[in-house]
Amino acid sequence: MTTLNDEIKSGLPQGEAARRNVASRRRTGAIWRTIFLSATIIGLIALSLLIYNVVNEVFGYVATEYAVDPATLSDKPIDELNKDELVAVLQDNMRANAFRTLERDKPMADRSESEVYDLVIERVLKPQTLETWTLRDSWFNKAAIDAQVASEFPEAKLEFRSWLTAGFLTTPMSSDPLRAGVRTALLGSLWMIAITILFAFPIGVGAAIYLEEYATDNRFNRIIQTNINNLAGVPSIIYGMLGLVIFVRTLEPLTSGRIFGADSGNGRTIVAASLTMMLLILPIMIINGQEAIRAVPLSLRQASYGLGATKWQTIWHHVLPNALPGIFTGTILAVSRAIGETAPLIVVGASTFIVTDPDGPFAKFTALPIQIYNWTSRPQPEFAHIAASAIVVLLVMLLSLNAIAVLLRNRFSKRG
Amino acid sequence: MDDKVSIGMDSRRITTTQRETTRPFSLKRQPRLGESIIQGFLLFCGVLSMFTTIGIVVVLGSESIAFFRQVSIVEFVTNTVWSPQIDEFGILPLLLSTLLTSTIAMFIALPTGLAAAIYLSEYASSRARSILKPILEVLAGVPTVVYGYFALKFMTPVLKAVFGEANVNIYNMASAGLVMGIMIIPMVSSMSEDALSAVPRALREGAYGLGATRLETAIKVVLPAGISGIIAAFVVAISRAVGETMIVAVAAGAKPTFTFNPFEAAETMTGHIARISGGDLSYASIDYNSIFAIGLTLFLMTLGLNMVSRRLVRRFREVYE
Repeated sequence: MTTLNDEIKSGLPQGEAARRNVASRRRTGAIWRTIFLSATIIGLIALSLLIYNVVNEVFGYVATEYAVDPATLSDKPIDELNKDELVAVLQDNMRANAFRTLERDKPMADRSESEVYDLVIERVLKPQTLETWTLRDSWFNKAAIDAQVASEFPEAKLEFRSWLTAGFLTTPMSSDPLRAGVRTALLGSLWMIAITILFAFPIGVGAAIYLEEYATDNRFNRIIQTNINNLAGVPSIIYGMLGLVIFVRTLEPLTSGRIFGADSGNGRTIVAASLTMMLLILPIMIINGQEAIRAVPLSLRQASYGLGATKWQTIWHHVLPNALPGIFTGTILAVSRAIGETAPLIVVGASTFIVTDPDGPFAKFTALPIQIYNWTSRPQPEFAHIAASAIVVLLVMLLSLNAIAVLLRNRFSKRG
Repeated sequence: MDDKVSIGMDSRRITTTQRETTRPFSLKRQPRLGESIIQGFLLFCGVLSMFTTIGIVVVLGSESIAFFRQVSIVEFVTNTVWSPQIDEFGILPLLLSTLLTSTIAMFIALPTGLAAAIYLSEYASSRARSILKPILEVLAGVPTVVYGYFALKFMTPVLKAVFGEANVNIYNMASAGLVMGIMIIPMVSSMSEDALSAVPRALREGAYGLGATRLETAIKVVLPAGISGIIAAFVVAISRAVGETMIVAVAAGAKPTFTFNPFEAAETMTGHIARISGGDLSYASIDYNSIFAIGLTLFLMTLGLNMVSRRLVRRFREVYE
């Protein structure tokens, strides 16, 4: 016994050497621990940088100059004019046709004073953006900005502006970044998502039920399962190409609404985009749904069968209600994927410039991510500001969806 | 009490007498129309995914055949110029920039993601996990077009500041690749963490019992045991990078260029598909057919990678009781 122990000991470091060995191993351990931790922190840093970069562009100083000098419009400063005087200014300084169009959209009598004031600014004074600054510059280099404005644009008005305003949400797209908004894009995204859910939810849940409750372990069902797993890994742009050929071109009479009497010219409509998105999120929804259904205890089903329920009665009254929170969570996650997807929409042919609200499933449309892509691609710095503002809108939408998912999960997991 | 019993006896007698005259109550499975219809619908839902795959293969295949009638496959895979205006259709420049951006992304995502997974599964307290995991989940949920913005408006200026204004193009593969790497970190870390967490506790305790440090346990015991899942995560990450569209469409450039220099602008396969189909595209043109040939190449690459990943998992999986 002692000889064996001695043999083992002779191969191992002894005394001082052993202490040094342990100490150095501990040191290596501590170094790597720091490395592992910093790798995890990289995510946090990246997220903060991303948010910082977006917010940095959303606020900041803007130097604008009116195309027409306000002093030439009236004897009084325009801030002091009352509504009738403002209307008069409008009438005097706009082409008659343009004024009639405004009058037709909404009579001047029905417009409030501030609305008319905004019209005067927009249609008569026509502010031009000369230069914009980021939040960081506005904060730390105010003096330099003042000096630059004073020397380069002595006529200009310098004001601190948030590019993301309530007006940004409610005004349609415009080629002028000062007046552009995301109304059309937001509505387009909401329409698209609503229709996507309408199709994807029943089919996704149905497929999940089939695979978990009905499918026996045979070759056919194994192929279906493998196929769904493979589809989840197909790049989204491929779905876009599938949608382009199948929904936009082949099913054009259906997706352009011609057979429903609402012809929109071609198949590049909300329905086509929604169906494409449906195919894209179905694999995710099915896989999440399967997990939720699998988590329902077998004893529930057996109790139901024991009382004489049929298979569908068991599923409808016992399995589904218990799996529903999980299914909802999975659906929300899939939907938030669909809201942020851009590539398939580009391929399916979402419009990049459109000012009319979508009025139904067969309308031409644009979507938030498309708008962000479009604005990001423009070289002029003003567009970076509105791209950033649109990103904030999109991220807030996604975060609130995810918050709902987390709440659902917590609320129902406690009950079970 | 007696009444009830007699009634029970009575009814039983009735059924026994009836048995001779009417059909006996059958315990055999009965056809139920409603149930069959429902089951049929559910089967349809399940099979729909097959149609999706068939649809993808048929659509990409048929349009590609139309393309390959005009351009030989040999030219497609060997020509280093992609320029539809002068009838040059070589996929190599697009493929090269896809591979370059993906490689850069993997240099970021794989080590960082794996290290984060090791930290989360082997080191982090449950408190730290509850803070760090949601952050990674948020990062995974950010839409790719936002990452594109981040690449163009943040990463490119940083690269310009570090490597010199003149050396870095405003659109370049490096910035797209780096940001793509950041985007993929959460995916690698969450899949790898699942693989590491699945390793039984007994293995770790055995290692500690033999005097191993935490690091030695993690690297020499847990990591090899979970290697199949980790490799699968890596392969899926590569396939994700190859198929990523918006970051490269925004930040990598809009001209197919055959270059190995990551600071040059070069369009990737996905970027090219997005740009061409985003414009006014005539369905009868060879441009239209050509994006399907690229799409087919892309589809086969990602499908191959996903299948490799599944095979690797099955091959190297260690089964523990």
